[in-house]
This record gives sequence, C-alpha cells and structure tokens, in this order.
Amino acid sequence: MTTWLAQRLVQSVFVVLVMTAIVFVGVNVIGDPVSILISPDANQQERARIVAEFGLDQPLWSQYLSFLKGTLQGNFGNSFVYGMPALQVILSRMPATMELAIAAILLSVLIGVPLGLYAGLRPHSFFAKFMMAGSILGFSVPLFWLALILIMFFSVYLGWLPASGRGQTVDFLGIGWSFFTWDGLSHLCLPVLTLSIFKISLIMRMVRAGVREVLPQEYIKFARAKGLSRQRLLYVHVLKNIMIPVVTIIGLEFGSLIAFSVVTESIFSWPGMGKLIIDSINVLDRPMIVAYLMIIVFIFVTINLIVDILYTTLDPRVRLSRD
Amino acid sequence: MMTRTLLVFASLLMSGAASAQNLKMGLGGQITSLDPHYHSASPNAAFSYTIFDRLTGTDENARLQPALATSWKMIDPLTWEFKLREGVKFHNGEDFTAEDVVFTFERIPKVTNSPGPYTSYLRGIERTEIVDPLTLRIRTSEPVPTLPLMLQRITILDSKTHANVTTEDFNSGKALIGTGPFKYVSGSSISGVKLARNDQHWGEKAAWETVDYRVVANNAARTAALLSGDVDMIDQVSSADVPRLSTNNAFEVVNATGLRLMYINLDHSRKENPVFITDASGKPLAKNPLTDVRVRQALSLAIDRKALAERVMDGLAVPSMQFMPPDTYGYAADIAAPAADPAKARALLAEAGYPQGFQITLHGSNDRFPNDARVLQAIGQMWTRIGVKTNVDAMPYGPFQSRASKQEFAAFLGTWGSAGEPGIGMTNTLATFDKEKGTGSINRGRYSNPAYDVALAAAVSEIDDTKREQAFQQVMRDVLNDMPILPLYIQKNTWALKKSIAFKGRADELTLPQEAKPSP
Repeated sequence: MTTWLAQRLVQSVFVVLVMTAIVFVGVNVIGDPVSILISPDANQQERARIVAEFGLDQPLWSQYLSFLKGTLQGNFGNSFVYGMPALQVILSRMPATMELAIAAILLSVLIGVPLGLYAGLRPHSFFAKFMMAGSILGFSVPLFWLALILIMFFSVYLGWLPASGRGQTVDFLGIGWSFFTWDGLSHLCLPVLTLSIFKISLIMRMVRAGVREVLPQEYIKFARAKGLSRQRLLYVHVLKNIMIPVVTIIGLEFGSLIAFSVVTESIFSWPGMGKLIIDSINVLDRPMIVAYLMIIVFIFVTINLIVDILYTTLDPRVRLSRD
Repeated sequence: MMTRTLLVFASLLMSGAASAQNLKMGLGGQITSLDPHYHSASPNAAFSYTIFDRLTGTDENARLQPALATSWKMIDPLTWEFKLREGVKFHNGEDFTAEDVVFTFERIPKVTNSPGPYTSYLRGIERTEIVDPLTLRIRTSEPVPTLPLMLQRITILDSKTHANVTTEDFNSGKALIGTGPFKYVSGSSISGVKLARNDQHWGEKAAWETVDYRVVANNAARTAALLSGDVDMIDQVSSADVPRLSTNNAFEVVNATGLRLMYINLDHSRKENPVFITDASGKPLAKNPLTDVRVRQALSLAIDRKALAERVMDGLAVPSMQFMPPDTYGYAADIAAPAADPAKARALLAEAGYPQGFQITLHGSNDRFPNDARVLQAIGQMWTRIGVKTNVDAMPYGPFQSRASKQEFAAFLGTWGSAGEPGIGMTNTLATFDKEKGTGSINRGRYSNPAYDVALAAAVSEIDDTKREQAFQQVMRDVLNDMPILPLYIQKNTWALKKSIAFKGRADELTLPQEAKPSP
C-alpha cells in the first residue's frame, strides 16, 4: 500500500512538472500578456517597467527556474491581472465551483442510480423505455443550449428562479456558501440542473447495463434460491457488483465538473473557477494558468486515489499493489 | 441566435416596476481590482467612481467638469493652481484637504506589479505644493495643458485612512472609503458589491438608497438577467439583442456615441519585401505597395463606411475619419467620412502601378470588439471589389495583439479609445515610434512623418484651450492627406434599462449608478 502510494506520488509530481513546462513554453509562443493588458495611454518607458516587474524581460528558462523555486516555497507567483498570489485568487473562487460540482454529482447519483436500477429490473415497462429514450436526449443536448432554454423557461417566462449569480451566501468555516439560504438554493437550481442532466443520463444507463449483466448470473440465481429477501439481493449483491464502473465514472465526472464547468459558469454568471481560467487564458495570465492546472492535476490525482481505494472495498479481489 | 430566441419570450414577460430604493446593475466589463490605482481599465474606473471622487470630472460628452476641485487655472506654463472644494468629508468623517491630493499622487507610483499603471496620467508632474489646505499648485517639467483632463482619471484617497493600505485591503473592501456618492457596504468584485448612498456627498445626491453592482460578463446572460428581472439595467448590450429589446414595452435601449475609433492599421515599417502582401498572381512583391499614398487612399475609398456602421454594426457605430466623435473636444465638423468610390479607388491603384491590384491579408481579433470578425469580412469584400484580393484572418485577441505589436501584419483592425481629447491618441498611434520621447507607443505600423511630429508636438503643448483645439483639428486635416491609417467608425455605447429608470448614457462608456434616476 505504501509503496503503491509513493509510486503514485512520484508519477503525479512528474505529470505536474511536464505540464508546467508545457504551459510556460505554450504561453510564451502564443504571445505577450503585457501588450494585451497595458492601457494604450502608457508610453514605452511605462511598458518597459511593467515587463521588468513581471520578470518577462528574463530568458524563458530563467523565468521557469524562478517559478520552480517559488513553487518549492509554496508560492505559485502573483497573477499579472489581479496582482495577488495566484493560488489565493483561485482558492477564493473554489467554494463556488465545489458547491456546484457537489450538488450536481449528488443530484445525478440520487436520481441516476434508482432510475437505472428500475430500468434494469423492469426493462420492458413503459416507464423504463421512456427513461431510456429520454436519456439519449440528455446525452445529446448541448449544455449551452440547455442552460439558455432553462433560463428562458424558468427565469424569463415563469419568473420562478433567478437567471444569474450566486445569491445570498452564509459564512461557514470562513467561506461563503449558498447552500444554507433559500435565496442561495434558488440560485443553485438552474446551473445544477444544467450540469446534472448529462450525468443523470450517463449514470442511469451504466447502472441499467450493469443490472442487466449481473441478474442472469449464477450467484444471483443461487442467492435467490437460498431465499434471500429481495431488498438484500438488490442492494447488497446486485448493487455492489455493478458499482465499480459507476464509481469510476462518478469520480471522473466529478473531476471534470470542477475543472471544466466553464460554459455553465459563464451563462449563469456563477463566480467560480471555470470562468476565471478562461479569463486568464484570454489575457495570457501565466501564473494563473499554471496554478490552476496544478490544482486541477492535484484534484484529479486525489479523486483517482479515492476511486482506487473504493474499488478495494467494493471488490475484495482488487489489490492496489502488484505483489 | 440563442439570445434572439430568448428575446421572443420577452414579450411574455411581466416586468415589475423597479423599487425606487434599490438599483440592480448588471455590467459587462470584468472588474480586475477594487484598488482604484491598480489597473487602468474602464470597468475598474467605473466602479471606483462610485466610491471615490476625482479633482475633475467629465460630463456625458467627455467635456471637463469641476469635482473635488472647484476651479483651476494655469499660473505660468509650468504651474497649475487648483482650488479645492470646502467641507468635503470622507465616508469615515475625515476632512478632504490638499494633503490628500499630495498623498494620492505619491501613492500611485508605489503601486507595483500593475499591468496598467496610473502613472500615465501624472506624466510631467514634478512636484505638488500645498499653498493652503484648499489650494494646490502643481509644477510640471514641461507645459501640460491637458493636466486637468488627465486628473479626472485619478481618484483621491485620504492621507490618514489610506496611509498604509495595500491593494488587498481594497479588494477586501476594508479600504473602500472615499468621498464619493456611494459607500461600500459588502461584497467583492467576484460576488458583486452592495453600495449605499452617501447622504453627506457634496454633489447632487444619488437617487438610490442602495445599489447592487454586479458583473455579468456573458452577453446572452446579461440580457437574460435583465429580462428575468435579476437586474434593472445592463450595459454593453450586444447588437443582436438591441432590435428586440427596443421593441419591448418594458425596456428602453439607450445609446451614446462613444470615444473608441476603429481603424485599419497599415504597415509602413517595411519599404521593401512586404509580409502578407503579394502581387495579383501570388508572387512576392519587391516594394511594399502600402508605402504609396495613392494605394492607401484607394484602400480607404474602397471602404463603404456607411454600410459598415449601419449594416455590419447594426447601426451601433458612426462613420468617422477622425479620433473624436461629434460634440467632443477636438472634433472637426468639416472632416467628414467620404462615400465609397470603387471607380476612383481602381483608378488610383492603376496610377500607383497596380492596375491588376495585389493580394493582401487583413488581420484582426474575433473576440474583443463588437462584430470585429464581421467587420473584417466586410472590408475584405470591399477591397476585393477594387482588385485588392483580400484574405481575412481573424484570431483571438491575445495572440493577435502580441503579433500586431511586433509588426507582423500588413493590415489589421486597430483601435483607440480616447479620454476626451485627441492629443494622446494622435501621439501614441501616429507619431514616430521613439522610446526616449515616449511617442508612438502603439504606432504599430511605424508610420513616421516629421512634419506631423512637429505640428502635433506644438499642438500638444499649446496652452490656450481654443487654440489647442484648432491646432489638433488642423493636424488631423493635414495627416489625412497622407492617409497613414484608415479610420472607419466610432462605436456607440449601449445600455438597456427597465422603463422605470432614466439614464442618459455617456460617451466614455462608464455606467455610473449616480447618473441613473427613477423615470419621472
């Protein structure tokens, strides 16, 4: 277990190193942040001063080395745009994104798993067929379109739900959350619904396929013959055995919700990280891009770790180390 | 497309009357910092003007107005004297005096790591002397006749309150204490800021007890927020939404001619071996055709500016051949945008030795300015019509801007947004690129005309306001004969508001809550 963890860590550090080097070279090739950010009122001397303050007058390798040095001391550099430590800017927006991602994944699991179970157990019922057809729609509808349709219907036409922003937040553990207020919850509704439609469809179909595969197997027949209750059969023997692919997908989807919910965040003006990274890329704010990607790598590595550990509890045959 | 569908539902909307106590604003420009001296960009400036005041201000036509200074005069060419307003207090009760102005001028150069420093507006100031608490003398190293106009960009802080504050103290709201029409209540640039009226303000009191100041950067989302009643007014309405919003009874669309000129920048830096230009059959050209004034005039005459403004820009632009829009300082009424004349353009090309025309690539951004990519396409077609076969290459603003700064293009869509006078624009875009003198900083075509440089330098340092305005007008008339750039149009700024709100709009695109009133 420990060697396995250590291996994982070394791998992740390597991934981060390669990624930062690519970002440094890439951003440098795309262009020069100063010419984008500077006010056209400035003259050449003022421009030279900014370039020097950002360290962009140094050769690229020396910029990269000083970045690595800073990173070892826990300093990812200051954002060119915001003038604050990049990590701090990103972390200040993280709760909003996490809140959205957690709510969306919860909703997807709570709706997707029961619907999938039902569709797997009664594949020929009208409701199951209806849900399966609906899930194809859920897959194929673009997020962008769905978000605007939801806004049109619930905000503009019915006037029930707000179309943008995060609403009232309540401080908990020093961070503002909209979970705790009615206003905040109403702001959460539409973005969460937008993000979860696709994932509900995905989880539902995976659970259904799993159930259909597991039901005809010998051990289920045996368990039934043994006279186990239907509940025990379903929730212990069926569900546990179909969960491995579902947990993998939930983990990956959760990661991508955090990292790439940019479309939803833009349309609903949700003050999260996704919006921030796109703004930063547009102005080539390199410290922000690097810090953001490092955080994302970290999140994905952590989620995959949790997923792997979950495998062992779900299926005792799975071993983490190859010994 | 999406927004259009969205707007169909607008007719079904039952829009409630805005409460006269609270104004909810949805703004398009991203605020990058709440520190009023950190990053000079319009969204930051607009926000800072709600909480802080400046010595001078401008009206909706960008003409100078008194603010914290009640009057100013030039004592000698190198000295300005400002009389300050009496009895002005900061939100925390501290008095406003000349000392605060000196403190502010000293703080600005100390704000480091700024991507758009405010030191540009203090250029030329050597020292500031306090004559008495309400009189200030500013000494400059050279005549700076536009100083009062420059100072309208500088928000005044309090020497006591802000003695040791950092940019982070502003971003957290702790240091947002000014003399302005609103006080900071809560929030951040991310979540939106809540403001409350400053009842002790020296000027006209704001009509709103509280204001929700929030950025909604996505165009479709901003329109949706207005339609659904999340906000009462929005700015930067996308031109696709304007027709539907203006026919909706619940809303009003306001527009004002802005201060941003869009122009085609031409490459003067290469006399020979031009890049992105070939002859009509695609072979390289030895000489850069853009160095011939007849070619530049032909390219200008080929452009139908009226069609650009009315059709491509959906009426949200005014054709222009000069930096300043009508009714502003420096505008010359006799410089009119010419009508398109393809026949004459073709004749000029033939006269210049290009009867078969040539091929050129026109570059520009596709995500920064309203309809930028569509404008490029339209100009490409207009040029192709006179025999200059044009390839259009529109790209994201980041790489575009970086490459344009390195003279990598033959022709591209450039822009200049002025602060209410033409001098800086004419110096930065068209004067000879000179690092020592600081002229021509965004002269990306590297145009250089000694006669223009001399005449412009004389105009810039002319002390008399009327004479200076006339000098600017003359310099503009003269340089157009040489057609160094091809001015196209000046953009209009747009706002959409609930009918219950009255707002006049401003040339400088600032959306100030103190200027919105409940409709009579």
